[in-house]
Amino acid sequence: MKVLVAVKRVVDYNVKVRVKADNSGVDLANVKMSMNPFCEIAVEEAVRLKEKGVATEIVVVSIGPTNAQEQLRTALALGADRAILVESADELNSLAVAKLLNAVVAKEQPQLVILGKQAIDSDNNQTGQMLAALSGYGQGTFASKVEVSGDSVAVTREIDGGAQTVSLKLPAIVTTDLRLNEPRYASLPNIMKAKKKPLEVLTPDALGVSTASTTKTVKVEAPAARSAGIKVKSVAELVEKLKNEAKVI
Amino acid sequence: MTILVIAEHDNTVLAPATLNTVAAAAKIGGDIHVLVAGQGAGAVAEAAAKIAGVTKVLAADNAAYAHQLPENIAPLVVELASGYSHILAAATSNGKNILPRVAAQLDVDQISEIISVESADTFKRPIYAGNAIATVQSSASIKVITVRATGFDPVAAEGGSAAIEAVSAAHDAGKSSFVGEELAKSDRPELTAAKIVVSGGRGMQNGDNFKHLYALADKLGAAVGASRAAVDAGFVPNDMQVGQTGKIVAPQLYIAVGISGAIQHLAGMKDSKVIVAINKDEEAPIFQVADYGLVADLFEAIPELEKLV
Repeated sequence: MKVLVAVKRVVDYNVKVRVKADNSGVDLANVKMSMNPFCEIAVEEAVRLKEKGVATEIVVVSIGPTNAQEQLRTALALGADRAILVESADELNSLAVAKLLNAVVAKEQPQLVILGKQAIDSDNNQTGQMLAALSGYGQGTFASKVEVSGDSVAVTREIDGGAQTVSLKLPAIVTTDLRLNEPRYASLPNIMKAKKKPLEVLTPDALGVSTASTTKTVKVEAPAARSAGIKVKSVAELVEKLKNEAKVI
Repeated sequence: MTILVIAEHDNTVLAPATLNTVAAAAKIGGDIHVLVAGQGAGAVAEAAAKIAGVTKVLAADNAAYAHQLPENIAPLVVELASGYSHILAAATSNGKNILPRVAAQLDVDQISEIISVESADTFKRPIYAGNAIATVQSSASIKVITVRATGFDPVAAEGGSAAIEAVSAAHDAGKSSFVGEELAKSDRPELTAAKIVVSGGRGMQNGDNFKHLYALADKLGAAVGASRAAVDAGFVPNDMQVGQTGKIVAPQLYIAVGISGAIQHLAGMKDSKVIVAINKDEEAPIFQVADYGLVADLFEAIPELEKLV
């Protein structure tokens, strides 16, 4: 079974981002970039499916700028077999990304597509669901467990208040949540080998996809800062303040 | 303008997040209709009809909608979509699951997790784990939006008398089926709806020690949450996680116990009205956002606090 994994190049999760002075966006100049953490989990899950003999080939795809090749090479080092970059300098909305991924799905015909549930930059949590809509496949979002058997996949999902399990007919779309697995680190020999694995570069035009958007960002601001309050000396003082000053208990 | 709000419910009870979503719809302005898609959800439709400001309830009762499977609900919403200017759902696990599928089928962008309405086409939403706030404007003919409940005070659950209209459309895509559900049983209030939240972090040392927080929470009528560090360490289950990768809460009182205050945790609770931090490390970043900080050993402070409240 062929598995397609989508990954996104984003600002590293350890970086504290700053808003640009002209409020046009956040300042990404000279900032460390990495693979989106939820996408790392997606790659890991695909590699585990291959190790179990369920997956036969892992194709990793990214939609992004030229240097998103770095994240694709990382995925190849982790165990993906080949990579596709759909190159776009513009920042695309989730729907445009889903349309491009859908074109890649039509070309590659995978049985399972695994994506992160959301990217930690735009925090949209949309692409997997949109890809499922466009491809007409079932969707197992926020997955904490994925089990393929025959022509279906059982996905346990993290939902408000607990967990839900659904069964989806293959082909299907899965998006990952944090507890699905713990991603491995790439070994040095695998990083070297990854340099020789095939990486194909496509364009939205070549895929015949329009990336027009119905949304524009007017401005980006820093959130209202919360200032530190006071230190209390004892539990008794704390209770007194909560009762008489804040009046919340 | 007419706005369609998709009700959040479990076929029995209308979830409070629906009231916050209707509040966002009221800020946009126009007639507000509520869709209750489920099975045997008559009581939910009746509750939705009583929400202040709602003028019509659409009740789609069918076995295909019993478990909110997006493959079946999305086509229903798309069928109903024409004639609406906006389609709103709460940014719950159901809303996040269903609405992007609707948006893609309508060929429009979705605007996720708005925290304020600037005008009928312009909204604010957090990005980068709440470290920046984007103002976005939509030119879509139908604006598809999820609403972060903590951004909007709920409308009154009573006071309306909307007509309930049955929707007969049945969409069973046949692509997915419900297998089972395991919900954590608790007598405490739900995290995102609680007026007081007590959360524990890595400083709790183990899962057993959370009993101190449960005792305090029960005295206060509070919900219990946890930081990602406590969840990752296996102290408590993931559905207790407060933070960018967990639940977003904004209670009247948030008590952070043994939590250092990582950015990702702050993103989930910094809109709380009053924040209390109890931590033995006086340099912990949590104190920078706390209204009241207490530098103390939590294993002494928590039992004492429980006695005094």
